[in-house]
Amino acid sequence: MSKRGDRPMVPRAEFKSYYGRPIVRPAPWTHDIASYLFTGGLAAGSALLAAGGQLTRRPRLRRAGRVASLGAVAASGYFLVADLGRPARFHHMLRVAKPTSPMSMGTWIFSAFSAAAGAAAITEAAPLLPPGFFRRVLPPVGAAAGLGAAVVAPALATYTAVLLADTATPSWHAAYPELPFVFAGSALASGAGVGLIADPAPPVRRMAVLGAALELYGAHRIETTKGILSEPFTSGHAGTLLRAGRLLTAAGIAGALLGRRSRVVSALSGLSLLAASAITRFGIFEGGMVSARDPKYTVIPQRERLAQRNE
Amino acid sequence: MGSNSLYGPLDPAPDAGYVDAPPRMGFFTDTSVCIGCKACEVACKEWNAIPDDGFNLLGQSYDNTGGLSANTWRHVAFIEQPVVPSLTDALAAAGTQFLGMPLSDLPGRVTEAPRTDFRWLMMSNVCKHCTHAGCLDVCPTGSLFRTEFGTVVVQEDICNGCGYCIAACPYGVIDRREDDGRAWKCTLCYDRIGDGLTPACAQACPTQSIQFGELDELRTRAAERVDALHEAGVESARLYGHSEDDGVGGDGAFFLLLDEPEVYGLPPDPIVTTRDLPDMWKRAGIAALAMAASVAVSFLGRRG
Repeated sequence: MSKRGDRPMVPRAEFKSYYGRPIVRPAPWTHDIASYLFTGGLAAGSALLAAGGQLTRRPRLRRAGRVASLGAVAASGYFLVADLGRPARFHHMLRVAKPTSPMSMGTWIFSAFSAAAGAAAITEAAPLLPPGFFRRVLPPVGAAAGLGAAVVAPALATYTAVLLADTATPSWHAAYPELPFVFAGSALASGAGVGLIADPAPPVRRMAVLGAALELYGAHRIETTKGILSEPFTSGHAGTLLRAGRLLTAAGIAGALLGRRSRVVSALSGLSLLAASAITRFGIFEGGMVSARDPKYTVIPQRERLAQRNE
Repeated sequence: MGSNSLYGPLDPAPDAGYVDAPPRMGFFTDTSVCIGCKACEVACKEWNAIPDDGFNLLGQSYDNTGGLSANTWRHVAFIEQPVVPSLTDALAAAGTQFLGMPLSDLPGRVTEAPRTDFRWLMMSNVCKHCTHAGCLDVCPTGSLFRTEFGTVVVQEDICNGCGYCIAACPYGVIDRREDDGRAWKCTLCYDRIGDGLTPACAQACPTQSIQFGELDELRTRAAERVDALHEAGVESARLYGHSEDDGVGGDGAFFLLLDEPEVYGLPPDPIVTTRDLPDMWKRAGIAALAMAASVAVSFLGRRG
């Protein structure tokens, strides 16, 4: 096995450990949380897309964005509760609001967002109602709720980066300066993916390009500037996932720009961006878990830190 | 929140809002006198009614538990090393009897063969009850709390098993119990020390390797002990987790070790993850603004 990505980035360093056992513990989270990273980002990206459509009078974008956002928020809620050790106690999250706990802050961000995004999506049913009070009053309520969701959306998309980084998991913590950019870009690209499927208008293509650029910048920094802690993101299963994500992003962007006259190519590009966003989240998730399971990622960077301090 | 609430020297109980808090209590675990009897593991399990964690043979010296977990709140580590003769002499001079066993060759198998001794390092590990406890900082339900004694305890009726504390602990101590779903760890016998009793592990320790008391006094005692060992020639003796200038603001449970921390499965330079939290929120804020700006630019551009 000597695939190109499997080469260590730094020479193998000697380190001591207790029977090779891990020092820090990996988070006891299943792929539910990796899935949530994607659906939460998709909900945020779609809400921003919907707000853009709403303000520039593109009803198809507005509708698709709001509906996608509600769907993604509902899936997110399921993943978050299902991953708890005691799902029936999910409401204990609402006992406190704690700035030192990204999960607590995230709970409140998610609650506010899902209320607004849910309301905005439901008001899309207005045309189905018989003429009368509700049919008249729902669209302005939806407009307010849609803008409310869009205001909270960037926080929803980026707090998850702090959630992962604020741990003792070596490669997640080391990635904290750039991880929010990866997640913000990934969320934008997935929102643009929904737009490319629903209505591939020029703003959607621009949104896709800007999102991909943010994501690629962040991922490149994480994979190249963290020394040995970059290794889990470039090798093994996580490395494969992140490379596949990058290829799908590139394909999605190419399709969005070159295939602008074809609805089919645009829609395929949108699907490609959605898949890229999901796979990238799984890659980031997996890379952190790898770094927690091997004591070398705990011991070697800490030894280097001590050596520097003693110089 | 005070200026050192996330990082730096601090007395945790007053910082958490206790008025007239009692002195901070803790453990000093002196591994140089640990005999590996595991009385601490047993006493802890008995008092706290912790379920068993399987009956395994790990092939790791006398350690068949592996490490701290949801069901092991005191854990005795066993390390076998080729012995350094000067060290055994020094330990003997310092009043510690080195038993000179076991051997890696069968005695008498080869006549006149040099006997290859090795030493055991034994260490009873436990939750560090950090001054800056990552688990407590990140807990989203308020289940983890700071006691008046400066220790960190999980309220099992509040914990919903989100697992965040487990990823946040720089020592890998706190853990989720499989069949129960909640996080568990050492309470420093909160239910005993409030009544003036000694925690079960320290009570059971036959060699005073585990010492319980006011943290200030334990720190003084530990400094004296390490000086005595150095004077006797045990150069490798060092304290771990005693300094309030370290990455977690000092541990409520600290150690005297005879080798590098990682040999015992301890991180050599732990830093509480929330030290960087203000910076993390700042970076997330910038990314969030970049995200909003990207959407604005996308939709405000020409309709081409």
